[in-house]
Amino acid sequence: MAGASGKDKLLTGIFWLAGIFIVLILAGIIGYVLFRGASSLSLDFILQPPSRAGRLGGISTTIVGTVYLTLLALLAAVPVGVGSAIYLEEYAHSRSRFAKLVNLTAETLAGIPSIVFGLFGFVFFVIFLGMGWSVLSGGLTMAIMILPTITRTAQEAILAVAGEYRENSLALGASRWQTVRRVILPSALPGIVTGIILSIGRAVGETAAIILTAGSSLGMPVSPMDPARTMSVHLYIMAMEGISTERAFGTACLIVVLIVIINYLANLSLSRLTKAMR
Amino acid sequence: MDNVVSTKQEIKMKSVDLQVFYQDFQALHGIDMDIKANHVTALIGPSGCGKSTFLRTLNRLNELIEGTTIKGQVYLDDQAIYSKEMDVVGLRKRVGMVFQKPSVFPMSVYENVAYGPRIHGIKNRGQLDEIVEKSLRAANLWEEMGGRLHTPAARMSGGQQQRLVIARVLAVDPEVILMDEPASALDPISTSKLEELIAELKRAYTIVIVTHNMQQAARVSDYTGFFLNGQLIEFNRTKELFVNPANQQTEDYITGRFG
Repeated sequence: MAGASGKDKLLTGIFWLAGIFIVLILAGIIGYVLFRGASSLSLDFILQPPSRAGRLGGISTTIVGTVYLTLLALLAAVPVGVGSAIYLEEYAHSRSRFAKLVNLTAETLAGIPSIVFGLFGFVFFVIFLGMGWSVLSGGLTMAIMILPTITRTAQEAILAVAGEYRENSLALGASRWQTVRRVILPSALPGIVTGIILSIGRAVGETAAIILTAGSSLGMPVSPMDPARTMSVHLYIMAMEGISTERAFGTACLIVVLIVIINYLANLSLSRLTKAMR
Repeated sequence: MDNVVSTKQEIKMKSVDLQVFYQDFQALHGIDMDIKANHVTALIGPSGCGKSTFLRTLNRLNELIEGTTIKGQVYLDDQAIYSKEMDVVGLRKRVGMVFQKPSVFPMSVYENVAYGPRIHGIKNRGQLDEIVEKSLRAANLWEEMGGRLHTPAARMSGGQQQRLVIARVLAVDPEVILMDEPASALDPISTSKLEELIAELKRAYTIVIVTHNMQQAARVSDYTGFFLNGQLIEFNRTKELFVNPANQQTEDYITGRFG
């Protein structure tokens, strides 16, 4: 007995260390980024457009570019992703060949490296469809990239809630669509939003695929056909071309802050939505 | 088999040589049963005997399970429910169902009850209010919940949730109510409230109830069918079946020798 409890204590210690290690890594990275980037952070850094290739001025156009491109990507990917999840879980027979094909496709897409999507987006959107380096090309490429995440998480969220609700609703004489719209989607919403948050993280953090499809122009993107530079691309160029390491860290700071804000807002709206009914 | 002889207009639903297959497995073998209007019919038998399968053929809910094949026929009044002309949505409106686990939707008490009427096109607020109150009263829930209509239904107790589910079914104004082990997740007090409710409801509705609990079948039902291995072994007035079973297997089951 003493041996067993000794082993338990040892293992508890090891797992505790593993936990601490994760916290330390996260705190270390964020702490270092904030420490190095804080000096270049100012209101002007956020509100002013860059000048002299980013050596001076702020990064306002890249913040707009990031938000613009991410929104476009979500606008394209969320309806398709959630729609195919609803189809797979509610309408398709799970053994049907088509359902299997869609599932397999989503899984395969999820495993493809982003640069391959970038190359595809470059050849297809930028050149073949003649959209040029633009927010639209970048947004659509990003949409394809995040589609599997949105589909899979939505599918799992629907699967987790659907069984009983579906039977009860259908037994009341509801159609499939009424059941989906009134009962299943509202209860699956938290899971769906989680998938969207993960996707936003991926889109905001992407660089190579975006350089290939949206370009790296420092101008302010107004029309979706304008080229744009996102914050991550800006960070990469600042560091890679040795323009300014401090400004690269400043941009990194703002990316971290932006992600934290997005997560916070999503969680807040989610808990408001679900609290009302639980 | 000792079927109960009764006049035609009293029979609300009727199954004729009903067979159900899940892929290659035959779950029901030629079931003939008459379900009498304004009476409670209990279906008993050990797990896997086919009683729930039979219940789910009565509102065509078995169709949701992939690979199910149904042969034979079920009639609601004189209408064949397994026919091309039968509108499944309309059938499920007329034949409501209460499941084993009370599954309230993640909405308020009011919205749960109003769900069915809204789906069937009622939008007028006054009319909905009226239906909600009437249904909650009929489910013996108005006194407890009438003042708290807008609280989330998930906060109610299990027994209240099951009665809310019944109110939700009543709100679409069904003719038949199917209950699949409705008390199995409830405590004894909630169970006795539910049984009282069933006794009241049979005045206005035809009720078919699947139960594992033979005392419950004896208490609430007028007719009882005993299922075993997908066959209807015996079907009779509840008093007859429990006091004087005609079949040896029925006697073995109700005296607790197996099951």
